[in-house]
Amino acid sequence: MKFVSAIIKPFKLDEVREALSNIGVQGITVTEVKGFGRQKGHTELYRGAEYVVDFLPKVKLEVAIKDDMLDQVVDAIEKSAATGKIGDGKIFVFNLEQVYRIRTGETGPDAL
Amino acid sequence: MKKLLSVLSLVTLLGVSALTTSTISYAEDAVVATEAAVEAAPAPEAAPTEAAPAEAAPAEPAAAPAPVPNKGDTAWMIVATVLVSLMVIPGLALFYGGLVRQKNMLSVLMQTFVIFSLMGVLWAIYGYSVAFTGGSPFFGGLSKAFLSGVTPESIAATFSKGVYIPEYMFVAFQLTFAAITPALIIGAFAERMKFSAVLAFMVLWFTFAYLPMAHMVWYWDGPDAITTAESLNTVLANAGWLWAKGALDFAGGTVVHINAGVAGLVACIVLGKRIGYGKEAMTPHSLTLTMVGASLLWVGWFGFNAGSNLEANGYAALAFINTMIATGAATISWMFVEWFGKSKPSMLGAASGAVAGLVAITPACGFVGPMGAIIIGLLVSPICYFFVTKVKYMFGYDDALDVFGVHAVGGIFGALATGVFVNPALGGAGVVDYVANGVAAYDFGAQMTAQIYAVVTAIVVSAVVAFISLKVVDLLIGLRVSEESEREGLDTTEHGERAYHA
Repeated sequence: MKFVSAIIKPFKLDEVREALSNIGVQGITVTEVKGFGRQKGHTELYRGAEYVVDFLPKVKLEVAIKDDMLDQVVDAIEKSAATGKIGDGKIFVFNLEQVYRIRTGETGPDAL
Repeated sequence: MKKLLSVLSLVTLLGVSALTTSTISYAEDAVVATEAAVEAAPAPEAAPTEAAPAEAAPAEPAAAPAPVPNKGDTAWMIVATVLVSLMVIPGLALFYGGLVRQKNMLSVLMQTFVIFSLMGVLWAIYGYSVAFTGGSPFFGGLSKAFLSGVTPESIAATFSKGVYIPEYMFVAFQLTFAAITPALIIGAFAERMKFSAVLAFMVLWFTFAYLPMAHMVWYWDGPDAITTAESLNTVLANAGWLWAKGALDFAGGTVVHINAGVAGLVACIVLGKRIGYGKEAMTPHSLTLTMVGASLLWVGWFGFNAGSNLEANGYAALAFINTMIATGAATISWMFVEWFGKSKPSMLGAASGAVAGLVAITPACGFVGPMGAIIIGLLVSPICYFFVTKVKYMFGYDDALDVFGVHAVGGIFGALATGVFVNPALGGAGVVDYVANGVAAYDFGAQMTAQIYAVVTAIVVSAVVAFISLKVVDLLIGLRVSEESEREGLDTTEHGERAYHA
């Protein structure tokens, strides 16, 4: 099993969710996060006082999937989250050791 | 808490007793003068101007019946007073509140709200009397302390002969001015001053800076007291010092804005910078609320400026239109200054420009013509912008919400511009000559001299009183919260609550 965590532009969230639903991903967890990468921050000016805002708002999206879905999922996120401009985000892939469904006690791929 | 209360009441008592000792003789004189006037002419007994010229009274023995206030004027003054209240709560509170960090939001709201309440009570107890009874040219008396002698029948003079409004309405209208002026100062020392120290300082500053300035600029016997050149001299001798000098301040450029702005500058220097100033981000936490606050200020300012005419007539209409367009012009010019500079046209810039425009047109609104108002509006924003974005950083004082940069600087510019654009040749309304009952001849040199007198007096009085008051409060209570409280935010440490629960 794989655990995929993607940092994307907030306004792309709906497109990504739709793309993942279309390929059969059953559940997504979304968190509003802040951070920076190559895009760096930006500056804001309040009555002449300049502040560098290092951390830009992003959305972190997490999905747990079976191994054979990985390529499809990565492809779907890449296509739907891309604008081609700097700051589109990143996708991180982890190996997932175990999954439990709390209600039934199922484990492994059955619990996904 | 008990300690704080006792200190506060001590400060109040000290203030009142100082007043009593310094003005008791004037108060007695005023009472004697009133009795003399009442004996000689029964008609003007209800006039607010208790020192009616006794020698003029016998010349008109067949006194007309006591004037009855016009209902339209009275209704307008009630509305105007409500509008000025709206400027303070919630207008100013939200304008300032949005500009501070989230952890200090309630401290700003609370300071504004409580200052409004406290100053209103003090105004009725002794403020009105000290500002608006005769005495010395610098300080009134205590003959109307506790609003003694003010009744539903008593009347207050306006700017037209034979036109009066109920004295209670004049008291209430002027109360809102006395309440907003100290509240303006809190922007300068926001996010770092003890709540108890704020209140103690405000009581002292209100008593020894606001009241004398209001008396000096606005106290006179009213137009009906002036009939001849001789009676004019009597009125001049009895009036406030700056009124007698001929200084023009229609709605409070010197009394309110220069006064508050200079006190703010002194306060932010005496208190010192906020922890992390210049290093940490101190971004406004809600420019949405700042926009709401600025808009309420603008709307309320119609009452402030047009209401200062005290009558619902053409001059109130002039003040109204000037308040509208000078503010619009200042908003636009601040926006373009930003836009042509290195910044983008920002909401905060537009709101700041609007307030700068409102401040600048305040002393001028009933004196200048609409085109003069537009010029005043267009010019004030670049000047304030320069102070707010350049001068502040050059000298390194932490005027947190730019009380000095907008109110004092805009007020000084407005006071001087009033002297220029009052000129009928430049579309101004001119100054009324109550002896000839027409518009007086304009004299640039004399008018500007009077305006400069008013500006310098306001700066000196406010700075000296603010400095001494702060030192006294520092000794008694201490001015700043602890470093820990400041980092934690004043909402939880001073008030035990939070503005937002996410």
